[in-house]
Amino acid sequence: MSRTEIRVSGFGGQGIILSGYIIGKAAAIYDKKNATMTQAYGPESRGGACAAQVVISEQEIDDPEVSSPQVLVAMSQEAYTTFASKVSDECTVLIDEDLVDPTAISKVRPQTFSIPAVRLAEEMGKKVVANIIMLGFFAGKTGVVSREAMEQAIVSSVPPRFAELNRKAFERGYDISQQAQ
Amino acid sequence: MSKERGVLTGEHFVNGDWACAEGALAAGCRFFAGYPITPATEIAERMSKRLPEVGGVFIQMEDEIASMSAILGGSWGGVKSMTSTSGPGFSLMMENFGLGLMTETPCVVVNVQRGGPSTGLPTLVGQADMMQARWGSHGDYEVIALAPQSPQECFDLTIEAFNLSETFRMPVLVMSDEVVGHMTEKVTIPRLADIRLVERRKPTVPKESYKPFQPTEDLVPEMCNAGEGYFIHVTGLTHNEKGYPVITAEAQEKLVRRLVDKVRVNVDRIIKLEERFVDDADVIVVSYGISARTAKSAVAMARAKGLRVGFLRLITAWPFPEKQILELAHRVEAFVVPEINFGQMAREVERCAAGHALTVPVTHAGGDIHHPEKVLSVIESTLKLRVKRQVPALSAQ
Repeated sequence: MSRTEIRVSGFGGQGIILSGYIIGKAAAIYDKKNATMTQAYGPESRGGACAAQVVISEQEIDDPEVSSPQVLVAMSQEAYTTFASKVSDECTVLIDEDLVDPTAISKVRPQTFSIPAVRLAEEMGKKVVANIIMLGFFAGKTGVVSREAMEQAIVSSVPPRFAELNRKAFERGYDISQQAQ
Repeated sequence: MSKERGVLTGEHFVNGDWACAEGALAAGCRFFAGYPITPATEIAERMSKRLPEVGGVFIQMEDEIASMSAILGGSWGGVKSMTSTSGPGFSLMMENFGLGLMTETPCVVVNVQRGGPSTGLPTLVGQADMMQARWGSHGDYEVIALAPQSPQECFDLTIEAFNLSETFRMPVLVMSDEVVGHMTEKVTIPRLADIRLVERRKPTVPKESYKPFQPTEDLVPEMCNAGEGYFIHVTGLTHNEKGYPVITAEAQEKLVRRLVDKVRVNVDRIIKLEERFVDDADVIVVSYGISARTAKSAVAMARAKGLRVGFLRLITAWPFPEKQILELAHRVEAFVVPEINFGQMAREVERCAAGHALTVPVTHAGGDIHHPEKVLSVIESTLKLRVKRQVPALSAQ
């Protein structure tokens, strides 16, 4: 089965849902696979813990639920503690190292990689692109969606006047993913 | 009015509510009256943005009673009309939904179901309005209700709902749910020329002799629009073919029987089903909407284990596929029916199986969708019952 499950998590306002949307769009529209995104829809989407789930598959996707993700992105300590303790050892865990202390759970998963996404975004002058930097890191580390597809999905999902900024943010994250850790 | 701009041809990564609104626009809907309610709000939101772009009208009404009234008026004004809501609003629409049935007014009502009763679970899924869709208004009638399982079907079936409403001159329901409405997937919108659209049949007789409730061959009357110069009377009271109230048992028999029959005699034109692996099945899983998707996963798991399990999806929930269920009931041991309620469509399956096969509901109170493993476990325990082998009388065919 080619089914890949992804959970993107953090707190409301970080662009978590948008990140999940962009991953799904990259897979469905630009990589020509099937993708289903579901999201937490309560008050939590406006502050507090927040998560988006994406399923990507070459086949038709019947069950939209993410039960055992192959990739977990955690952009907050709360999200990390909640979700990272439940994933398998094979799961790739991507965290923002300034927001998440990976040792907060009893067993750090072997495939855990970190990037200072928010700090890098602040260096670029726009803290809001931290999620896009993380998407670059995601594309490079996991290969779940192609680099080209992710870039196209980002550019087509943000206001045109911010396209260049977001493209640069994506590349920043992607480049760092290619450096040895 | 711009037809082309109503159709956003191409591939989109969007949620079911968005797709539902675009389906309506593609079908030619140019009037929406509604009241925001989670999880259907995104339909109204999308329509409020898009309708002005294509020369249509959006009104946020004071409540759902008025919303339903307004779309009936819009339709008699000659404009394809829609409203959308969820459980509490659906309850409020029920009286005027009946008015729409009685006055044979084409329009579409979308219910993005959430957990109930009452305000229940505003942000979480349910499928417990299926019987309300069938019987929620007073009096006796038939309804047409479609159940999309994906954003793509939210688009496709909203168009289909408009086509059916125009064909049979009646309100048609789209029974979506919170997960389908809020789930984001690829939706392919065809070119306008490739979308099949149906328009209501206009009067073919001179204005003086036109009767707005005179049935044609398939029992559906031709419909004029208000303002076209026809003298008509439209009422919720039992009426004759001219539309004038006639309060007698005879008029009631003639009118209500026709309203029921115009759906019943046309069921084969209306009902759409998806079937998989039914030919060799011992057990068939019957489901619809979001529950059909997890059911499909469970059926795939069962098949991988070598179990002879089939799958039947109700794309059309109402009218219910009575003939098909009865026919299958003769061939299988049992039906397993997962749905996010305490067994609503399962009762219909049981009724139509007429004792020839067992019906096992997989119930769920709402707030979440079925886990495929749960459905699989019910399939397995049902297979172990071997009903027909234990009770030979039941297997007599």
